[in-house]
Amino acid sequence: MNENSNKKKDISNEDTIIKIINMHKWYGDFHVLNDINLDIKRRERIVVCGPSGSGKSTLIRCINRLEEHQRGQIIVDGIELTKDLKHIEKVRSEVGMVFQHFNLFPHLTILENLTIGPIWVRKISKKEAEDIAMHYLEKVQIVEQAAKFPGQLSGGQQQRVAIARSLCMKPNIMLFDEVTSALDPEMVKEVLDVMISLARDGMTMIVVTHEMGFAKSVAHRVVFMDEGMLIEENEPEEFFNNPQNERTKTFLGQILH
Amino acid sequence: METINENIKKEIVKPPISDVGIIGWTRENLFSSPINAILTLGLLSILWFSIIPLIKWAFITSTWAPDSNCREASGACWSFISANYKIILFGFYPQDVLWRPITAIILLCTLLVISRNRNYWNKYLGYTWLVSLGIMGALLKGGIFGLAPVDIEKWGGIILTLQLSVFGLTASYPLGIALALGRQSKFPVIKTFCVFYIELIRGVPLISLLFMSSVVFPLFLPEGVSINAILRAQVAIILFTAAYIAEVVRGGLQGMNKGQFEAADAIGLNYAQTMRLIILPQALKIVIPPSVSVLISAFKDTSLVIIIGLHDLLRTTQVALSEPKWMGFSSEAYLFLAVIYFLCCFFMSTYSRKLEKELDTGL
Repeated sequence: MNENSNKKKDISNEDTIIKIINMHKWYGDFHVLNDINLDIKRRERIVVCGPSGSGKSTLIRCINRLEEHQRGQIIVDGIELTKDLKHIEKVRSEVGMVFQHFNLFPHLTILENLTIGPIWVRKISKKEAEDIAMHYLEKVQIVEQAAKFPGQLSGGQQQRVAIARSLCMKPNIMLFDEVTSALDPEMVKEVLDVMISLARDGMTMIVVTHEMGFAKSVAHRVVFMDEGMLIEENEPEEFFNNPQNERTKTFLGQILH
Repeated sequence: METINENIKKEIVKPPISDVGIIGWTRENLFSSPINAILTLGLLSILWFSIIPLIKWAFITSTWAPDSNCREASGACWSFISANYKIILFGFYPQDVLWRPITAIILLCTLLVISRNRNYWNKYLGYTWLVSLGIMGALLKGGIFGLAPVDIEKWGGIILTLQLSVFGLTASYPLGIALALGRQSKFPVIKTFCVFYIELIRGVPLISLLFMSSVVFPLFLPEGVSINAILRAQVAIILFTAAYIAEVVRGGLQGMNKGQFEAADAIGLNYAQTMRLIILPQALKIVIPPSVSVLISAFKDTSLVIIIGLHDLLRTTQVALSEPKWMGFSSEAYLFLAVIYFLCCFFMSTYSRKLEKELDTGL
């Protein structure tokens, strides 16, 4: 971990890629997200943590409009998310997302899972899409499984395929929604390794996770959420060693033992 | 650890001989308890007293030649079939040009068998189907290529049954899918229409729809316009079956994991792409067994067109039976009919099982 400073390139000169201003969301009467304000810079890596039900997944799902916010603004790379389908499509083509339960398409082979987006959304040729897919499969080290179906792979392999599938769309931003929570413990590392190598390439990443080791070594900023509010945000060192808020302290006490 | 390893002896232990093989199986499955033993013996005796006479009746004391006198035969009189098969299978189609429907049916069956293999599913097979359907139509209807024209009203027997079912089933399936998607639509107008349609159609018997198509519907047509009775029955069957397919498909759609929609959204696929590439292939696979049940029952229901005076397979059999010479041989006639229907249904159900196996990707 002593090479932290090497890994984390300075991002203070980068422009803001995601801007969330006074954003609120309700499920019925339940206030899931309460006045969220967050600026994220290009190439910045943010870890979002918090107790379950605190709204952290909902927050990142709002960024690619899997969930709709009801008040405030979300601006992704200059495009504001509104009901306008054109804007939503544009944002989704720039934002990749990886889910807790992989959500690979079980009826398609690994290769087809990777090429379906590029072929149908980015309208490139099948040959070209397959080249891109093989490139990313190589990056996540599953080339030899390309012809298999998702059901034949282990959880860790499936999650790496899911990451590669998002990367094939050449996104500027990657969202990770508790991507290691559904994995057997011995498979967590292989997925985290892929994410670390992505970080090294300078990808903008927003990661909801309980892997505090990952947060410490990779994140520029750690954001703590509780009851739909941003409670505290800080650089990892400060966040873990010197938490300010009582709720943060309780939470860290619970997960770090 | 070492001591444990040493204690394990590498020895192949076989189960006792009485637990395996035929003896083991029989004991396990047929005579495992006194009650089971009594049931087994009871069933065996029932089989003995029913199967033996049936075989005797159907195959040993039966007569087969078309000109033999059935009243004298003690067993089954298959002469009824051999004497009347032309009427039963082809109805009132002109007897001198029967090669035309026969060719058409062979062509259809060949195509159906070829289409069983998914490796051949491409656009050329689609074109082949279109061209073949044209050829079949030309063969049956005549009037071109020097073929004598045959009035559509004369198409009967297996021609009509196959026509009603092949078109009925292939047209109702996509219509049913569209209705199922419509029922889940975000637009209230489409949704309401689909719900209303499905509930209305499922709420009435097919017979009443057939009656309406043959009696009520023509009243609304302008003077002088008439739509062929077969076509009207065909439409009624399609509309009816589609409603059932729609509900089956809806079940499959609801069984889909929400994550699949989200993943498709996150990649940026639009609604049509998501449905066509991601959701329907999986949902339709899940509902293969119930869809085939619907299709099989729709196939058998085509025989209901008898009540609006169309001469399908069942009706032509009755026509043959109504001849004084053959009165009283309905067992043979209906058994023959049952075999034909069974073969068609069996084709569908074995195919559906094959398809299920092929589409199984282990998740």
